[in-house]
Amino acid sequence: MGSTITEKILALHAGRDTVKPGELINAGIDVIMCHDVTTTPAIDMMKANGDLHVAYPERVVIMPDHFVPNKDIKSAEMVAKIRRWAKEEKIDKFYDIGRHGVCHALLPEQGHVRPGTTIVCGDSHTCTHGALGAFATGIGSTDLAAALATGELWFKVPESILFRINGALPKGVYAKDVILYIISQIGVDGALYKAMEFTGDVIDFLSVESRMTLCNMAIEAGAKTGIINPDETTLEYVRAHSNEHFDVFHSDPDAEYSQIIDIDVTNLEPMVALPHLPSNGKPVSQAGNIPIDQAWLGSCTNGRIEDLRKAAAVMRGNKVAKGVRMIVVPATTQIWKQASREGLLDIFMEAGATVSAPTCGACLGGHMGILAAGERCISSTNRNFIGRMGSPESEVYLASPATVAASALEGKIANPTTYKQD
Amino acid sequence: MNGSAHVYARAHINTDEIIPARYLNMDQEKDLACHAMEDIDTDFIKKVQKGDVIVAGEDFGCGSSREHAVWALRGSGIQAIIAESFARIFYRNCINNGFPAIECPGIGKKINTGDRLTVDLSKGKIYNETQNTEYNFLPIPDFAREIIDAGGLLKAIAKKGKL
Repeated sequence: MGSTITEKILALHAGRDTVKPGELINAGIDVIMCHDVTTTPAIDMMKANGDLHVAYPERVVIMPDHFVPNKDIKSAEMVAKIRRWAKEEKIDKFYDIGRHGVCHALLPEQGHVRPGTTIVCGDSHTCTHGALGAFATGIGSTDLAAALATGELWFKVPESILFRINGALPKGVYAKDVILYIISQIGVDGALYKAMEFTGDVIDFLSVESRMTLCNMAIEAGAKTGIINPDETTLEYVRAHSNEHFDVFHSDPDAEYSQIIDIDVTNLEPMVALPHLPSNGKPVSQAGNIPIDQAWLGSCTNGRIEDLRKAAAVMRGNKVAKGVRMIVVPATTQIWKQASREGLLDIFMEAGATVSAPTCGACLGGHMGILAAGERCISSTNRNFIGRMGSPESEVYLASPATVAASALEGKIANPTTYKQD
Repeated sequence: MNGSAHVYARAHINTDEIIPARYLNMDQEKDLACHAMEDIDTDFIKKVQKGDVIVAGEDFGCGSSREHAVWALRGSGIQAIIAESFARIFYRNCINNGFPAIECPGIGKKINTGDRLTVDLSKGKIYNETQNTEYNFLPIPDFAREIIDAGGLLKAIAKKGKL
């Protein structure tokens, strides 16, 4: 019996020939990413438990993103504490304001994600990096402290579900629609504790950025990670962003899966996930008349250059509907600059949107676009839980950047397929 | 362990409901505790007593990796969570904190808010004194028990000098 890519990466990092689902292992961690929200408790815990120090500072990458540029005194104090600690621990990979960005967009962009590696972060959307054939998973602050102090973590080897995604994506239908459709089919715990491995013609055709959108939302089905076997598209991306060595692993043809799910996307329509679960996905055409107050474009799910291009294509020469606030948040400094060079920011501003500095911001109800009671927002983000973007009495609708843009123009949830696509 | 039950039988109670992200500019247990469960039950923090237990449906703690969710509940006085199942990162966070996360399929429909419960971790039993009945739960795995007994993962590491 062969192994999956997930099992192979974990076996290598546990110093084993093979591992099987259900086994408990200690695995070495190659990249430990730290952001502003979950790192300060880890620092306190390390100090309180025998004054533990960072075992391998060169493996640590610090990327404050949630409440930056700092929204209040408390969040400023958190990042100040992390800056002091990074200095004490001689961690030099620190992406502060001016080089900053949403961590899951910034980490691969800056060349810290390579196939075959293990990556952890105190953030549930760490599964994004499986798009490049790495084993990447979200952890809490205690695990973060343990990984920082020892360079290892305990894992239960997950079973894998194989999603074979075939057919041809219709015009105006994107990776976001595919993952919203998958979650609508399997539910928010449909892949609980498991690895979601994506394969098929559609994946072969997708850009690395679109693959990141897909893997990013694996956690919204409860998964430990999302992962895609590296191909030429992957290698081209990684070589363009990193000079460091990496090992490429692929799932064996006779690898064992707990489930195989076949999906044909040929007739898939743009999707929208209604409040208050990401699994409430419906085709936009069946959502009915849903007026909106705000349209939010950004986040680790859909704040990359490709996403901004798709939204801009829809919006070029058009105006945001009266009474709608559109907020565009390029995910990283580089993406912001690139969007500026391409004239995308002008398109958004001319349409009547505003453009903010990179931040997670309102995606998790932090700042930069918080909702009042009774307000509705269509958002290119990943969660529509109660109170996620502000008031517990507000509503969040999840969709692709193109659908967010079309909805901003029409003032209600709208189908992007009638607009020009990038 | 002995305390009153607070039942939230709905599936998928997520970490944004347990501790909304607008409070994540704080990380001290006592500060977070003031806002525990705020977006689904504004009265929770007024009702909860030290030693009480949360009883929940499937996939409790789904969503974000914020360990603040565990700290908010522990800080409010909750001493254990009994759920039909747990989301993965929340479960890890409980174990790593030495905080009992007890899996008991079907439990959400059997216990009422206010029932007095006694939990025996070593026997794998929950005694419901109000209804005069008992339930068996899935044994906490040995490795998790070791971490809980050590008082949490960091304490275990500090003691052993390694993971």
